Amino acid sequence: MSLLTPTIRPSVVARLNPVAKLAVALIVSCALLLSIDWVSAGVALLLEVGLLLWCGLSARQFWLRTAPVWIAAPMASITTVLYGEDSGALLWQFGFISVTEGSAQLGLAIGLRVLAIGLPGIVLLATTDPTDLADGLAQVVRLPARFVLGGLAGLRLVGMFIEDWHSLTLARRARGVGDGGGLRGAARRFFGPAFSLLVISVRRGSKLATAMEARGFGSDEPRTWARESRFRVADAVLVSIGFAITGIAIGVAVRAETWSFILA
Amino acid sequence: MPDTSPHLSGRAPQIRAVHIRARDWGWRHAGRHNQAVSRLDLQIEPGERVLLLGASGAGKSTLVHALAGVLGDAEDGDETGSLLIDGRPAAEARGRVGLVLQDPDSQVVLARIGDDVAFGCENLAVPRADIWPRVRQALAEVGLDLSLDHPTSSLSGGQKQRLALAGVLAMRPGLLLLDEPTANLEPGGVIEVRDAVVRSLDHSGATFVVIEHRVEVWQDVVDRVIVLDPSGGVLADGPTREILSSQGERLAQAGVWVPALPPRFPVRHPMRASQTLLRAEGLQVGRVPFGRRTACVVADGINLGLRAGTATVVTGPNGAGKSTLALTLAGLLRPAGGALRASDEFADGIPAEPHRWRSKQLLTRIGTVFQDPEHQFLAATVRDDLLIGPRALGLSVAEQTGRVDELMHRLRLDHLADANPFTLSGGEKRRMSVATVLATRPRLLVLDEPTFGQDSRTWQELVTLLAELLDEGTALVAVTHDAQFVSALADEEYRLGAPDAIRLGAGAL
Repeated sequence: MSLLTPTIRPSVVARLNPVAKLAVALIVSCALLLSIDWVSAGVALLLEVGLLLWCGLSARQFWLRTAPVWIAAPMASITTVLYGEDSGALLWQFGFISVTEGSAQLGLAIGLRVLAIGLPGIVLLATTDPTDLADGLAQVVRLPARFVLGGLAGLRLVGMFIEDWHSLTLARRARGVGDGGGLRGAARRFFGPAFSLLVISVRRGSKLATAMEARGFGSDEPRTWARESRFRVADAVLVSIGFAITGIAIGVAVRAETWSFILA
Repeated sequence: MPDTSPHLSGRAPQIRAVHIRARDWGWRHAGRHNQAVSRLDLQIEPGERVLLLGASGAGKSTLVHALAGVLGDAEDGDETGSLLIDGRPAAEARGRVGLVLQDPDSQVVLARIGDDVAFGCENLAVPRADIWPRVRQALAEVGLDLSLDHPTSSLSGGQKQRLALAGVLAMRPGLLLLDEPTANLEPGGVIEVRDAVVRSLDHSGATFVVIEHRVEVWQDVVDRVIVLDPSGGVLADGPTREILSSQGERLAQAGVWVPALPPRFPVRHPMRASQTLLRAEGLQVGRVPFGRRTACVVADGINLGLRAGTATVVTGPNGAGKSTLALTLAGLLRPAGGALRASDEFADGIPAEPHRWRSKQLLTRIGTVFQDPEHQFLAATVRDDLLIGPRALGLSVAEQTGRVDELMHRLRLDHLADANPFTLSGGEKRRMSVATVLATRPRLLVLDEPTFGQDSRTWQELVTLLAELLDEGTALVAVTHDAQFVSALADEEYRLGAPDAIRLGAGAL
């Protein structure tokens, strides 16, 4: 398994067009960024859980992939509770740390928001092959092929960075500059290979560009697509579900009078 | 993935072989003072198979890139005269010409082999229904018998080059161009690629031009040899056998591997009794994968003694862990198990395990020449880079410059003292990477594929230099696929076995 050819279990979500999945993730996150309140985020999260059950990830995969969000959410939440803007009744105080009703609510809202925005994004990535996403972006959204395929081909070079970095650090040790020098030495040991890596990557990128050009890429002539990317009824249904989730979340929040438009 | 059944019907593709005509053609890269190619007059008939030779810097790659239409426009350089493909400027012959380059890693475009082969057809706007039969046929021609969604990242170098060839063949070009397609491959991979090319040419009848230092690989495939003159134009042009015998001497001088004129092996003066510097007992080697804490063992049970004045070569198939072993012996990777210990005399007052030595302590003890010289370069000029080791040792300024000047002279790098190491040619980079290591006079040299892709002249110089160091008592261990290198230098050979299935499974996680 690798970044570019992930092993994806067949599931309802895996068969959907990546563009539809991307659209849902974008719709939900844009809407949730418009307000900071716990009701809209909580409702959206609750409804998303229904969707995520269909994503076809095993429980282990799900928890492994989404671990960063589960760590980030409580951290963001706790920091806001402790240091967030105070309002309402004072619940607890210690030095400059004060917990008020307002900051506690804000903390909860932020924690839920991180989850509600993060989870669909990660599940989208985990059930999408980058090549299929590129096909969708070019054929369904009609982004320029040069941009989409250039990006996709470039992504392949990322795996090589890690190999190169490893060799570069070993080579520094072999050449007598691999340790010592205190903090300045440590900084040099980071920036030195970083520069070499940049040079090596740029050269690799330009070689790849030549190879792509040699295969007829990059001209203004029309091109065909070997893999068809179609936006089917199921994809439209998924996007409507995305809109529905957002609509319900906002509706409930407005009804509960917790919705606070950040630009208002 | 489309589910049409394989279309390997015998009908030959409709390919019209290309005619090439150069009239007083020349090219100067933007920002360069000298012409890369000048005053070139040349005609290649449809279906001819040509081997393009010449000293490094004679403009072979420039010509081939121009034929493929990837040299760029007026911004990238100045063109003079005309270079015509079927009577039209080469830059307009899109889709008529296919090019395979040297580096296997930088030609893979997409993540799955089927998609990668289809890429060129898509760019030529071949209808979808025709693409997949073409992809299957091209993969069959190059003998890549894998499923279409096989990941390209798991291919060997030879397989990647055959994939690049398939991607080009699927475009059904009338001219096939290869720019040193096998220079970075192990011997088995070289034959794989050559045979795939021959099969496809027999099938398509396309015009063929190949650049390759190793004449032996292609001499029976091509029917004409063209030698470019570094000072402009063509030096020699004619039937393969004739040109190789009349120009052999001159070509060998220029670094071409002429089969009738192999490089001379140096005379060795082995030391009689020599002491062991480093000993491996039941050594296990492996790497710690990114984001993990324990090493994946790639080879174990290694028993080996490295003695002063003795050359040990490590051979074995791809994936057997040769490079990992070299890096471990060099004190750069921690052994995954077993023991690797320096003799008391070699360690000279520091711990016996090389991986515990400090970076500076390695300098005078073990020097490592990496497979890719670029990984070793640290400074902006050749001279500054060579000074890094001696400076780290705290030598006097006179001693530092003395050593560096001598090395630059010995390895023909004088005229490049102020050049950026990254801008050197392949042979210069290799000589430079050896020089950086020799500047601190280590008693043990570890080399990973030192002769990979080198021309015969650099090869000869390298082998002669290493023989001298051995005679002076330096211990040497080299990982290599190069049979001539083994014959020329090896006193002992350590063969690593093929990795067994269990290990491969663990390594692939």
